[in-house]
Amino acid sequence: MSSENLFELNNVAKRFTKGKETISIFEGLNMHIKKGDFMAIMGPSGSGKTTLLNLLGGVDQPTSGEITFAGQRIDNLSESKLAKWRANNIGFIFQFYNLMPMLNAAKNVELPLLLTNLSSSERKKQVATALQLVGLSDRAKHMPSEMSGGQQQRVAIARAVVSDPTFLLCDEPTGDLDRQTADEILEMLQLLNRQFGKTIVMVTHDPSAAKFASHTVHLNKGKFVKAEELMA
Amino acid sequence: MKDFYLIYKNLTRKKMRLFLTTFAIFIAFLIFGAVMTLRSALNAGVEMSADNRLVVVHKTSFTNPLPYAYVNKVKTLDGVKDVTHANWFGGYYQEPRNQVVTLAVDPETYMTVYPELVVEPAQLATWFATQSGILVGERLAKANNWQVGDQIALSSNIFSRKTGGQTWDFTVSGIFKGNEAKVDTGYVLIHYKYFNETQSWGGDSVGWLILTTTDAALNEQVASQIDTNFANSNNETDTSTEQAFNKAFIEQIGNIGLIIFGVVFMAFFTILIVVGNTMVLAIRERTNEIAVLKTLGFESKRIFKMVLAESCLLAFLGGLLGLGAAYVIVTGAAEQMARFLPNLVLDENIVLQALGYMLLLGLVTGMAPAIAALRLNIVTAFSRG
Repeated sequence: MSSENLFELNNVAKRFTKGKETISIFEGLNMHIKKGDFMAIMGPSGSGKTTLLNLLGGVDQPTSGEITFAGQRIDNLSESKLAKWRANNIGFIFQFYNLMPMLNAAKNVELPLLLTNLSSSERKKQVATALQLVGLSDRAKHMPSEMSGGQQQRVAIARAVVSDPTFLLCDEPTGDLDRQTADEILEMLQLLNRQFGKTIVMVTHDPSAAKFASHTVHLNKGKFVKAEELMA
Repeated sequence: MKDFYLIYKNLTRKKMRLFLTTFAIFIAFLIFGAVMTLRSALNAGVEMSADNRLVVVHKTSFTNPLPYAYVNKVKTLDGVKDVTHANWFGGYYQEPRNQVVTLAVDPETYMTVYPELVVEPAQLATWFATQSGILVGERLAKANNWQVGDQIALSSNIFSRKTGGQTWDFTVSGIFKGNEAKVDTGYVLIHYKYFNETQSWGGDSVGWLILTTTDAALNEQVASQIDTNFANSNNETDTSTEQAFNKAFIEQIGNIGLIIFGVVFMAFFTILIVVGNTMVLAIRERTNEIAVLKTLGFESKRIFKMVLAESCLLAFLGGLLGLGAAYVIVTGAAEQMARFLPNLVLDENIVLQALGYMLLLGLVTGMAPAIAALRLNIVTAFSRG
């Protein structure tokens, strides 16, 4: 394993059983993600993009094969250990923001910090910093329903980075936004990658969005297309 | 405590639903508090009965008198410790509607057989020595503002005086309390001797006998011995434990236990369905949010606890409000009904039972959605959403 690789997938298979039928998403998938990378994953629907994202995020486990993160295998961790691992290492950004509707922006951002031992005042300080980073300090007390889609996604980004994870996973982060807002969000991700060293993997259908990444890989029917050149 | 804010926000996110569900639980515990207090008041006589105390009444009806001679005969029987007797006076104060439960008793033996009645020694001595003296229960004394030394005229709606009229003059010799809150102190004790000598109707008869046995294990044997002893006489007896006697007396107005169980059970069952259904729907609506929490790193068992805590919080919110309302109603009714139900008190046993049922309600209604949240698979939840 290269010391620069944050993620390594070795010979990963993922199959689902639907009734009597077994559906194979991946067979013998190999991949690595370097630390500090900003990778876009593109591909048609059903190509396995979201499944790959789930495997990288530790919300799903492979049928076979190994997944290592910073040299530690995560494919064989218990559900409880995986939850802790996610809390410590991964920030998630979803297409539809997935904010808690009954919590204001600050409380939404604070959620991952509830899993730490930080005091209330420390949590508040970190929340303020994260909201400042995404330019929403003045919206801290606003409820999600009082914010635009772009603002909600910024809150989601603040929530993803508030506990300072190494790795950000973005599932169609601009899929629900207009072009201008989408570009603002992508610039923010770029900033997080370039200035704060976050490793980012972003699934997108949008070639314009993929241009913000440092490189793009294409998935088709569970296989990387032209992966040799892109992962070299 | 970090999770409490989340639990609270989830609980209060839909105000109308919260109000309606809380109201349903409120009603259930209002009924529970009021009905259980009523049962407790009705059963107070049964609960306060001494283990070794027996009651001897006329076999035909407890309203028929027994010869006074029975007192001495019963005293001589094996296993009998102390014997006393009582007569129903049928008293009222000033007007027939102001009924005062008045018993004509033999003071010394009565106080021996009923050690739960507590009187200051000086007052007790005065009462023993004063034939026209009466001992008044604390609750009754407070209700009528009677003090030691007061002259009280009590009338009987059954008996007449030999000298004419139905009113007797008494002096309050003392005020008795109970050695615990549930002991009834809403009646008056007068001297049997004074009553017997001054009343015109019959004489040398007692309403019923009360005795204690040397050992509660001998109760059945002593009861049988008494009834056998007076069998085939003009005044056959029916002897039972004080507890059985009081219970039989209460059951004359129906099986209180069954009625109360029915009411409480129906209320709870209905509420259980309402709250359970609400909790299931509430959690189902939040499938996506639970999946997000899990994705962020919240462990399944933590979410399980949060859902259970939410349903318990809901049960306690409605339950405590309902119990509080029951307390207010019972306290208000206690004054009005003091004459008929002297022990109408929502006591700590009922509160503890209610708290137990609140917890049970919370756990039962929250268990199914909590398990659903525990088992929720992130990938499946997101694919549904």
